[in-house]
Formats: sequence, structure tokens, C-alpha cells
Amino acid sequence: MQQEVVLAMLAKEPSQGSQLRARLDRALGPLGEAMNDGHVYVQLGRLERAGLVAREGPAASADHPGRKVYALTAAGHGRVAEWLSEVSWPKPDLAEFHLKLIAAAAAGLADPIDIVDLQRRELLRRLREVERAAMAEPDRSDAGLLLEGIALRLQADLRWLEACEQNWTDRRSNR
Amino acid sequence: MNERDRPILGARGLRKEYGRQEGLVRAVDDIDLDVAAGETLAIMGPSGCGKSTLIHLLGGLDRPSRGELWLHGRRIDQLSERALAQLRRSDVGFVFQAYHLMDELTAQENVELPVLLAGRSLREARRRAGELLEQVGLAERAKHLPSALSGGQRQRVAIARALANQPVIVFADEPTGNLDSAATLEVLRLFDALHGAGQTFVIVTHDERIAATADRLISMRDGAFVGDTRLTGGMTGRLGAFAGLER
Repeated sequence: MQQEVVLAMLAKEPSQGSQLRARLDRALGPLGEAMNDGHVYVQLGRLERAGLVAREGPAASADHPGRKVYALTAAGHGRVAEWLSEVSWPKPDLAEFHLKLIAAAAAGLADPIDIVDLQRRELLRRLREVERAAMAEPDRSDAGLLLEGIALRLQADLRWLEACEQNWTDRRSNR
Repeated sequence: MNERDRPILGARGLRKEYGRQEGLVRAVDDIDLDVAAGETLAIMGPSGCGKSTLIHLLGGLDRPSRGELWLHGRRIDQLSERALAQLRRSDVGFVFQAYHLMDELTAQENVELPVLLAGRSLREARRRAGELLEQVGLAERAKHLPSALSGGQRQRVAIARALANQPVIVFADEPTGNLDSAATLEVLRLFDALHGAGQTFVIVTHDERIAATADRLISMRDGAFVGDTRLTGGMTGRLGAFAGLER
């Protein structure tokens, strides 16, 4: 996860690492399991060295990093404002898959339709897992909204695979 | 084969043709199919592949040109019109893309109707409809006309109606085709709960989200099956990776 996420979660109020982690868990629901427990603390350490956050209040002992209270510095606030206004969007790597099919067919190494089929099974398996998790979420939960986004993207990917299969099937019968 | 393992629905060499001679179109081309009790089967394929024709044949809404069809151990492709109508009322349930609710009847009355048509008393129909609307989470909307309900709610009423006479199998033709993403999830949840209670479903769909949650997925092209996949796989705990959290 990007360090800006940890930084922005801290913008609400000065917080301990464990409080940040709890905020992330609420927002991510079952997806939060992917996050390593130490991740937030590693990020906080980096942000502190970069001068974007600072420790507040009485200096806690080094054995209990969880009890330290962190707050944004002025530079930290600036970085959060910048990050919020950035347009970033995850890039699905469709070109790699597309070129895999072309290369496999050109060299006669594998049947592109088999490759598409394998990919489709994997995406259906993922979509099943995402839908199961979405069904278990209460209405209007934060995690439910994220799961909906993942489901819709997987659906779009599956539709493209359908188009790939159709196209490669037509090429084969027209050869 | 003992009773429990016997398929609820079986088709052998099922065929449906339209037109004649040069103009002959085989919409369903020699299909064999077994659907097990409690199974949720999804059928996907491009528009015009014959999947809607197939589901109409399977549910007795249309007659095959050839082949055998068995429902619950009984051969149904040669039934008289009258017997077939009786079967549609009592043994199968249908859910359509456009809901097909009666606009002038309330949600409650829409669900009561098939119970009354099956010859049961008004009291029994009321009780059954009440139970079903409760089950689909619409007890408070019982007195509303369909026009006062959202798309997702209308489809849930239609699902309650399909279940009115405790059908052995429910056929659904694009049940989420008119629904937005949130309403699709409502329908998925409902199907999942009914599946958990042992209901058998055959669903024709373009919606990968329904297909992915079925037990089995059949792909159809030009009137024939080209793929039959059993969908399994438990939770891997890697959901976060699908959202880019692990990198």
C-alpha cells in the first residue's frame, strides 16, 4: 500500500499506529487480511524520516511503538492535499496478456484459446470469492463498496476474455 | 440409481428447429443435460446462441422438435397441453428479465395468484404469500403496487411468485438483466439463500457475477454446449491482492 494512504488516514486526528490499523480494517473489511501487521509501523517510520509525520506528546519507550501518537507535519498536510487531487488509476496489464496470445499463436507453442480458457477459470474463481465476500457484507459497508468495484472490474475482464475467445475461434476457422 | 441421485431434470437429444428446408434453423441442437437436485446451473453464451429457447423447452413453455425431457422422473415432452399447463403451474417456477408482474395487483396479490390458480384457498394463498415476501425481505412492501417498487424489489417479488407452489425447479432468464449493481447483489444473496435451502436453479444469463456464484457453468454456442465447468474453490484469503493491496 502506498505511504500516502497511511498519511491520509492520519489526517483526521493524531493517532497511534493501532488506531490507524483499526481505521484501515474498517474500511477494507475482509480485504484487510492481506495487510501485514507491521506494515503500518514501517510506513510511519518512513513518513517520520521524510518529515511528513512527527511524534506527539511524551516520548514513549522504544519497546512500545504502538503507543506512540503520530500527527501530520505541515509538509505532511501538503502531501495529503496533493495526493487527494492527483488522478491515479490502477492500470490493468491487458497488453501483456494480449501479446501472450499473439506470441503463442505465432510460434505455435500453445493454443491461444486454451490460454484464454485457463485465464477465464481463474477470473471466475476470483469473482466467486469476491461475490461471496460481498454477500456477507452488511448493506452500505465501506468494504462492500470496494468489493463491488473489484467484482465489476473482474466482470469487465471476463467480457474481454469472451471477445478474445470469439476472435481467436474465428481466426482458426477462417484459416 | 437411487432416488436421491436421480437428476431432477434430464434432457436427451433435445432439439428445436424453426423454418424449413433451406431456411431451417436449429436453435437447440441435440442437447443432453442432467441437473442434479439442489444444483444451481448457469448457462451463458452470446445473444442468439439458443439459451433462451433451451430454457423455454426445459420449463415446458415451448415444445421440442425432437428429443426427450424428464422432470422429476416423469417424461414431459409428450404431455398434453392441459397436463403441460398443470405442470407449469405446480412443478416449475419462472423468473424473467422484465419481472412480468401484474401491474394492477399488489406485491402480495402477485404472489398469491399462482397459489389460487393451483386451486388452493384464498386463506392458504395469503399465508403462503406472506411467508414468501418475508423470506425475500419485502414483508413491509406487501401492499405496494409494482410501480412503487425498485427494480431489485420487483425482481424479488417475481422470485417469491416463482416459489409460490414449491416448484421442484426454478428457471430464470436473465434475472439481473435490468438491474443495477446493488440490486444484482440483492438477487445474488436471495438465490444463494434459496440454494442453501436446497432449491434447484437453471439460470440463463449474460451476467458473469451470477455465473461465478453458480455450482456449474455451461457455455453455449450455435445451439450446442461447448463447455461445462464445475465451479469450486473456497476462500483463499487473497481478496486483498485482487484490489492491489499486496504488491
